Amino acid sequence: MSIAKPRSMVGYLPLAVPAALLILFFVVPFGSMILVSFYKNAGGGLTEAMLTLENYRRLISPFFVGLLIASFGLALAVAAISILIAFPFSYLLVNAPRSTQVFWLIFLLSVLSLSESIIGFAWSTLLSRTAGISNLLVFAGLLDKPASYAPGLGALVSGVVYTAFPYAVLVLYPILSRVDPHIEEAARTLGTSPLRTFFIVVLPMQRNTIITTFLMIMVFTLGTYLMPQILGRPQHWTLSVVISDQALMQSNIPFAAALAVFLVIATMLIVATVVLFGRKARA
Amino acid sequence: MMTQALVRRIFFSLLALIMAAPLLVVLGVSINSKKSLTFPPQGFNMGWYLDLFRMPDWSGALLNSTIIALFSASFAVAIAFPLAWFNWRYRLGWVKAILAIGLIPFLLPPVITAMGFLSFWTQTGLYGQYWTVVVSHGIFLVSLPLVALALGFGSLDDSLSEAAATMGANNRTILRTVILPLVRPYVISGFAFAFVVSLNEYLVAYMTVGPVLETLPMKIFNSLRYGYTPVMASASIFFVVVTVVVFSLVARLGDLPRLLGAHTK
Repeated sequence: MSIAKPRSMVGYLPLAVPAALLILFFVVPFGSMILVSFYKNAGGGLTEAMLTLENYRRLISPFFVGLLIASFGLALAVAAISILIAFPFSYLLVNAPRSTQVFWLIFLLSVLSLSESIIGFAWSTLLSRTAGISNLLVFAGLLDKPASYAPGLGALVSGVVYTAFPYAVLVLYPILSRVDPHIEEAARTLGTSPLRTFFIVVLPMQRNTIITTFLMIMVFTLGTYLMPQILGRPQHWTLSVVISDQALMQSNIPFAAALAVFLVIATMLIVATVVLFGRKARA
Repeated sequence: MMTQALVRRIFFSLLALIMAAPLLVVLGVSINSKKSLTFPPQGFNMGWYLDLFRMPDWSGALLNSTIIALFSASFAVAIAFPLAWFNWRYRLGWVKAILAIGLIPFLLPPVITAMGFLSFWTQTGLYGQYWTVVVSHGIFLVSLPLVALALGFGSLDDSLSEAAATMGANNRTILRTVILPLVRPYVISGFAFAFVVSLNEYLVAYMTVGPVLETLPMKIFNSLRYGYTPVMASASIFFVVVTVVVFSLVARLGDLPRLLGAHTK
């Protein structure tokens, strides 16, 4: 284009107005959260503008260690299972006919956008005694009487994998669609079987993709909020659940903010690793 | 590649079955003639779908969700459009930093954005105002139209607006007559994505207006805690249908694989 810069100050308005809104409603709230995390809790949802490290000191406790194990344990398990299903799936999807691709993309986008309360409800029904799959097993003669599988760790992991799988596919799909098909064709021409091609050509080539996707699913899973409450037991509650519980039920906004700041730092570390691996992949 | 097609068919069918199972069970209980949670359904009854619109607490929640989604998707597009246009039109390096701010809320776990808004609205004394959820959702979801529009502007041929400029058209005329018709599908997709996600979003809405307003996802979760009613099932299926329909329309309107970043071979 001929003009590299707007000619007058008015020309900057399309940038200035959205930028101001983003700063006012994202950067400022984010900053206020960090500030509040150093405030003293005055009870009843009120805070006292007195700087203290008390909220962070509370992070050094067995309660917090248990919380970390629950959150990151769930994130690791879900990321591992999701990628195990999503990688071969996405690999097959990019080579599928276009209509199949569009069908699955619509379906996966829908599942990904569906409210956690709906998916949690659906899974708790599926695993319930009265309306669940156990009735099907009884009908097939595999089970004596219907059983309930929720709440429990298995139910929680299944439910979260259900929401994380579409996310994993939508991360992998664009990357795998860019892979040069000639490389695989070359391997096939040399007489390598499709399965061997997948394991010795495709998988090693995508090692960094798999690592970054794994980490991104972890971040995604750290955000799950209703599933641990619907499908898990209190000991399975994750950081996200405890943060909102502290803020709204226990009315301790400063402690909730400190937990949130911790979650931000943990997430940033994971994202930084993703960026690092992404750079390596491009180099 | 006969074998790959076969493997794909088996694997995809199996997965489709597993992915559909929870939703099918909900569909089953939503048409149950009895009020109890049983599957397979006993009898057939569409009454629970009517209840969704007939019972004031459910229709109220549905209306709240729809209004919030319409306004916040509009707000998100209103922020994203000028930003994406400016970035495409002038290509200044530092504008990317502002785009990045727009992308962060959606990349972080939602509880962080929710917590930021909670402390912001309580500190400013605005906590509990209905409109705060529109602003919160709009900012939270701005990355969706932002990504869609960046793709849309990126797909434009530079020579088009250059030709228009040579013929004496100014920024505004070029935008209205040349650019807008071409990026319209991306504006609509961006709006649709933000609308659907806002409709289904729980946490940010709960932590901003939870005590004063009930959205449909909140209503479903609250009912789940305080006892089962089949309207939960019909409401869920209604939302599944709306979500699938919106994304199908987006797919029909534009190139969905491309919109999701695929390189179409």
